[in-house]
Amino acid sequence: MAKHRVSATVNGDAVEFLCETQQTLLDVLRDELHLTGTKEGCGTGDCGACSVTVEGRLMCSCLMLGVEAAGKSIQTIEGMAQGEALHPLQRKFLEHAALQCGVCTPGFLIAARSLLERNPDPSEEEVRYGLAGNLCRCTGYHKIVEAVLDAAREMRGA
Amino acid sequence: MSTMVKYEEKPLKVVGTRPIRPDGVDKVTGRARFAADYSLPGQLIGKVLRSPHAHARLKSIDTSAALALPGVKAVVTRDDFADMASEFAASGELTINFRDVTRNMMAREKVFYDGHPVAAVAATSESIARAALKLIKVEYEVLPHVIDVVEAMKADAPILHEQQFTDGVTPKPDKPSNIAKRMVFARGDLEAGFKQADLIIEHEFNTKPVHQGYIEPQACLASYSEDGQVELWTGTQGHFVFRAQCAKVLQMDTGKLRVTPTELGGGFGGKNNIYGEPLAIALSRKSQRPVKMVMTREEVFRATGPTSGANVKVKIGCTKDGRIVAAEAELNFQAGAFAGSSVGMACPCTFTRYDIDNVRVVGHDVTVNRPKVAAYRAPGAPIIVFGVESVIDELAKALAIDPIEFRLKNAAKEGTQTYYGPKLGPIGYIETLTKAKAHPHYRAPLGPNQGRGVATGFWFNIGMETSSRLNVNEDGTVTLIMGTVDVAGGSRASMAMMVAEEFGIAYDRVRPVIGDTNALGFNFITAGSRGTFAGGMAAVLSAREAIGKLRQRVAQIREVALEDVLWKDGVAQPAPGGAKQFAPMTLAEIARMAGKTGGSISGQSEINAQGAGPGFCTHIVDVEVDKQTGAVKILRYTIVQDVGKAIHPAYVEGQMQGAAVQGIGWSLNEEYFYGADGVLQNPGFLDYRVPVASDVPFIDTVIVEVPNPNHPYGVRGCGEVSIIPPIAAISNAINNAVGIRLRNQPMSPPAVLKALGEAASGKTKS
Amino acid sequence: MARISLSNELKPYTGGATRLALDVASVRQLFEVLGEQYPDLCPYLETGIAVAIDGEIYQDALLQPIRGDSDVLLFTKIAGG
Repeated sequence: MAKHRVSATVNGDAVEFLCETQQTLLDVLRDELHLTGTKEGCGTGDCGACSVTVEGRLMCSCLMLGVEAAGKSIQTIEGMAQGEALHPLQRKFLEHAALQCGVCTPGFLIAARSLLERNPDPSEEEVRYGLAGNLCRCTGYHKIVEAVLDAAREMRGA
Repeated sequence: MSTMVKYEEKPLKVVGTRPIRPDGVDKVTGRARFAADYSLPGQLIGKVLRSPHAHARLKSIDTSAALALPGVKAVVTRDDFADMASEFAASGELTINFRDVTRNMMAREKVFYDGHPVAAVAATSESIARAALKLIKVEYEVLPHVIDVVEAMKADAPILHEQQFTDGVTPKPDKPSNIAKRMVFARGDLEAGFKQADLIIEHEFNTKPVHQGYIEPQACLASYSEDGQVELWTGTQGHFVFRAQCAKVLQMDTGKLRVTPTELGGGFGGKNNIYGEPLAIALSRKSQRPVKMVMTREEVFRATGPTSGANVKVKIGCTKDGRIVAAEAELNFQAGAFAGSSVGMACPCTFTRYDIDNVRVVGHDVTVNRPKVAAYRAPGAPIIVFGVESVIDELAKALAIDPIEFRLKNAAKEGTQTYYGPKLGPIGYIETLTKAKAHPHYRAPLGPNQGRGVATGFWFNIGMETSSRLNVNEDGTVTLIMGTVDVAGGSRASMAMMVAEEFGIAYDRVRPVIGDTNALGFNFITAGSRGTFAGGMAAVLSAREAIGKLRQRVAQIREVALEDVLWKDGVAQPAPGGAKQFAPMTLAEIARMAGKTGGSISGQSEINAQGAGPGFCTHIVDVEVDKQTGAVKILRYTIVQDVGKAIHPAYVEGQMQGAAVQGIGWSLNEEYFYGADGVLQNPGFLDYRVPVASDVPFIDTVIVEVPNPNHPYGVRGCGEVSIIPPIAAISNAINNAVGIRLRNQPMSPPAVLKALGEAASGKTKS
Repeated sequence: MARISLSNELKPYTGGATRLALDVASVRQLFEVLGEQYPDLCPYLETGIAVAIDGEIYQDALLQPIRGDSDVLLFTKIAGG
């Protein structure tokens, strides 16, 4: 089947790729652009491991087609750190031991950043509901919630 | 000779602190590479064709149309794999049989579950591979199936294996059965024991299969060279065991297969078994190209091992002052398509928390038309402990004795004779009970429809074969090569901490890496809470060997006797009271000179670690039951667990919290739904409901340290035991909240509502 | 002679016997002698048995010595997930 040629922006860089009609944005990121930081946990939008932002909006990249990315600006985990400087969320996850196997971590970081952009001073409950679209099987969520609340505090300058 | 390294109490500088884990930065930046993140130039994509039937004879497979499709480079079926005779091998927790392994990875005579592989293809793209699967023509003769364990045990049940006769029954039966094995553990005189009881409570409990639920589906990449060498990258808890099993089923030399364990996205016991690996290797062999196989989430649910569903009966008798005098249990566990469930381990841990003179535990391993079960964190224990800790709760209540007090009256301790064999060594059960009772959670006030429940857990923990080596680099940094896969718990950090402690150097001067199968001697699977225990023991022995060599080298350089050299705080210095003084040498100084004074310095150890210490825990949970929806909310959760020694407390806490939340999911929502046709109806995370962040509160953890006398730092495994109590604790809490007693898992809203309705209409007594 | 006990769940493979006195110097010798006396026990000796010698538990430790007056207990091996 003939492939489509698509132009988009990923983490601030212009990209161009070929993809089949049924390939998702997740497939494209991983298999065509070789950005494997975004993970597939379920392929049906239920686990959040494939979380990215598209035009600033939090999305499951497995629920979007590659062709739909044309002309759009996409942010993945690979773009979260600024050079050598980790984002406060990334630092807090490390300090609080908020990751174990790490496969859900990119999705959580993207989702948490998006949450804090919308709500810079969330309560514990707001963090838990705000991240309910991301599954973690290792941590029981305890240290993840602590890390996000601590990062929010730091980012507010509190 | 087996290895046991004794515990020494000493002041610690690194062990017990909370440094950042060495794999952390790569994981928060997306740089860490899991199995599906690996690719090779020219690779093909492999896909598996799976049975749509729960039970059928496999009459014929025609792959010609698939092979003819442009882009398809290889197809494999049962004809491409040798038949294996019955041969058992230890695969950690669940002993496997190679005859069954080869049939589970690719069906031969029959298919035994919806999802059972019947063929696999490798093609130049995923879409072509999927199209090729549709072109494979398979002829099935559908047979009656059986899914429920009690149904499968009946004499007239459809039989899965005509050559399976119940093992452990005398005289040997001559009719095939779905009961693969029967086992009996006993001690004392049960009948006499029950005669002494003032109160006897007996109940039956039923649980459903639940999946380990790791977020990363299985994936592997295989590359076969024309000379028979194979490279395999795969997500596994045990690359040496995978190498052994793949080599066996593919009939190749072990040494020709190099397995690299990739970063693992969760295992919990479910990644102890080979699935796609032999298929990928065979496809690579046929196509002369690398083959990558990644499971979809649906395939993970349909075809990889869940834990057993079960039917258990528990009967306990005690005196009126709460002393247990007799205990009996029957455990009927589903093994899935092939024999070998965790019933063999659930039996010995059924009553082991208590000192009981008269015990009898009977276990049945039963094959049913579901995927072959795999281990899941303390395999079998959560199921039977649901039953036992619920009955204990009822006994305590009937006698108006505090639930923790009741357990204290009967608690096992050092020297207690178990009913499965040995006496217990030093353990921390009573400590966890006492600390739980004193915890503020235990006295906190409760509101309407709220209740508190308590339950306890015990797990044996294991040691097993372990190899490691370390090298002192020219600048005095140390590279530790481990063979125990870091299955996420942070054991890499703990190993590096123990090595840093041994050398007396800073934690960040030690770099731990996982070696592939070419780098080290055999290492057993990381399971059974053995990673930090056995891996740590090997790392410590490697460090001590290297330190011996360093002292030797300094003795030569400084021309003193070996006994005059003391190693302390990273420096070789004169031993107090030694014959000669000399200028001390730091690790870096010795290392810099090593090449010119005899060669680089390293240490290694190959052991079979003995002396694993059992772990105990006590859980307290508060719930609130919504009587309108049947939803159970977890208000507060506290874990008190004996871990021997917390090398890295944050990762120990992480194990306790993660295990408890898996237990909460198991209790409240997780289950497999099957249709009348035996096909799985909820193979995805939408309808297989695992806990999300909003389902649980913060989990309080209290670490108890009763050192294991058989580990240099006192480590007991800690990863498994906290998944055991939640189901019973929550059931007990629900009973205290609204007066209903649930004996089936999951305690999901429909089940709670039904029980509330029955109680209200007076149908049941709680 | 070492005092050998077999845990109850092994009874089906020994025709009911659970207590023996044997003159053996190592776990390996013990398994050899038991395997000869009780052929049905062989597959379990291969993969499924743990041994407690005077209270210390050993698994896969064929060369572990047994003293003349040792108490030895054989029981089902344990593992994990």
